[in-house]
Amino acid sequence: MKFLTVDVGSTYTKLTAIDAEQRVILGTAQSFTTIESDVMQGFENAWRLLTENRPDNPCADFKYDQMLVCSSAAGGLKMVALGLVPDLTAKAARTAASNAGAKVVKTYAYEISGGEQQEIFDINPDLVLLCGGTDGGNKEVIIANAKRLVAIDRAFTTIVAGNKSATDEIREIFREAGKDVVITENVMPQFNKLNIEPARDAIRQMFIARIIEAKGLNRIQAMTAQKIIPTPLAVLQACELLSRGTSKQKGRGDLLAVDVGGATTDVYSMASGAPTVDNTMMKGLPEPWSKRTVEGDLGMRYSLTHVFEQLPEYVCSDKEYIQRVQAWVELCSAHPDTLAAPDSEEERIEEFLGRSAVSLAVERHCGRIAEVYTPLGEMHTLEGKDLMNLPTVIGIGGVIRNSRHPEEILKGSLYDIMRSECTKPRNPKFYLDKKYIFASMGLLSMVDAELAFELLDKECVALG
Amino acid sequence: MDKKTVVIGVIGADAHAVGNKIIDLTLTNSGFNVVNLGVMVSQEEFIEAAVETNASAILVSSLYGHGEIDCNGLREKCDEAGLKGMPLFVGGNLVVGKQEFEEVKARFMAMGFDYVYAPSTPIETTIVDLKNKLGLE
Repeated sequence: MKFLTVDVGSTYTKLTAIDAEQRVILGTAQSFTTIESDVMQGFENAWRLLTENRPDNPCADFKYDQMLVCSSAAGGLKMVALGLVPDLTAKAARTAASNAGAKVVKTYAYEISGGEQQEIFDINPDLVLLCGGTDGGNKEVIIANAKRLVAIDRAFTTIVAGNKSATDEIREIFREAGKDVVITENVMPQFNKLNIEPARDAIRQMFIARIIEAKGLNRIQAMTAQKIIPTPLAVLQACELLSRGTSKQKGRGDLLAVDVGGATTDVYSMASGAPTVDNTMMKGLPEPWSKRTVEGDLGMRYSLTHVFEQLPEYVCSDKEYIQRVQAWVELCSAHPDTLAAPDSEEERIEEFLGRSAVSLAVERHCGRIAEVYTPLGEMHTLEGKDLMNLPTVIGIGGVIRNSRHPEEILKGSLYDIMRSECTKPRNPKFYLDKKYIFASMGLLSMVDAELAFELLDKECVALG
Repeated sequence: MDKKTVVIGVIGADAHAVGNKIIDLTLTNSGFNVVNLGVMVSQEEFIEAAVETNASAILVSSLYGHGEIDCNGLREKCDEAGLKGMPLFVGGNLVVGKQEFEEVKARFMAMGFDYVYAPSTPIETTIVDLKNKLGLE
């Protein structure tokens, strides 16, 4: 059995050829794709590179038995999420959409305003996730938001995962307006009980049903019997597999994976995040063991200015150096294809900015611990995941893989005494996904988990 | 589905967990849908939980003597969050020292609480008031 995995990206289409008998990755190839050009063109170029007739190319006469495809083409799966209270159902909605592989452009709480309706019109999302209220809880806000959503003149489908007592009315609102709606289980059926899988499945179903055609992926879909899934979902599946292992192979346990791209930074954690400090009370919404967050304002090219603007003052007191950093940021923002020369100051600036993006993204992903002095002595409260004892941090994709010093960038994930409330890993080992195979292995895991795990385990190498 | 929802919790930096469990159990057995926020609960958490679950009342416990500081402003925040007229109950060891309970009660009523209970009041007393207030009996 030979597999070909295809990752149709916004900038690159990446192919991976896998031989299941020899249990190896035969080769990988990538080619430039632009949003304007046809997806097929990117695929055909990459295929030509993969099977090029050059000496020592093991893929020169490669033929595959099965093809598996994931996509983040045309901006990926763009969503907005709506909930009621920011820290409760709005956060649950965001978590569900992120875990389904969507890029959540914005999350709204309470009844949205006319201005926010206009904002959603401008964002023009592929899908909208509408939540709010526990089952039997508040109905008014989710119903009001349903009415506001149908009034937005865009073709998105709405997935409703809120108070079940409001669903009949909501279905009626969408039916009358002639708008598409899918109703599934509440993301928070009881107070502080998270139930994101049904919403996550509904989003994946809608991605297959509606988005593939809209994003020009139908020709590539016609080449395979397997359904195309969003790329971040494939990466999430690979992280889950590597952490958990299979029935025959032992997984690597708790881990964190970071992918710094040109426009966004993705963070995946596979960990319960239970408190590592004694006398700690858990606060806020419980988090899923497998969690993805995506930071739309942190990237190494299209959003580099935001990374620069958010640098904390204490990272560098040398004003001249900061000016040189700023010049580099401006250059990269204006010309996203700029690359730093090896062993130049620019290369070190690039690593510094990469480390800062990782630092901010992991900070937002992990939990917050606070000391509280009570008559019973010192106690702690923890909101989110405590990752301080996490043993493994993996760099995947983008800048980390292209850098000559990936561990310098991954150091951004470390616990920082200046931000001691953030429960980032204190002493992890760093690993690197050298061949960029996480998305590919996430796809492969759906048909051959043992092989996918074996290859991931082999290719995910320790640094330093 | 017709069960009334009540939000309970121990306010402030107070970690007394035992009474909270007893209140949870007794209210549940009396037919309420209980949203128990546990111990060390902030005013904001009470309000957010009440908004999301469409609660009919908030029951605040305070055992460690700082209740007056912790509870002040809860009514105003409720008003701000759209929970105007939300029935507020408070009980426990609300203040330190030997103070006349009637005076303590008057101060908590002035803060906007509807029912204020002296130390060692059984939860059954509160349940009678709660049912009256919500028109359940």
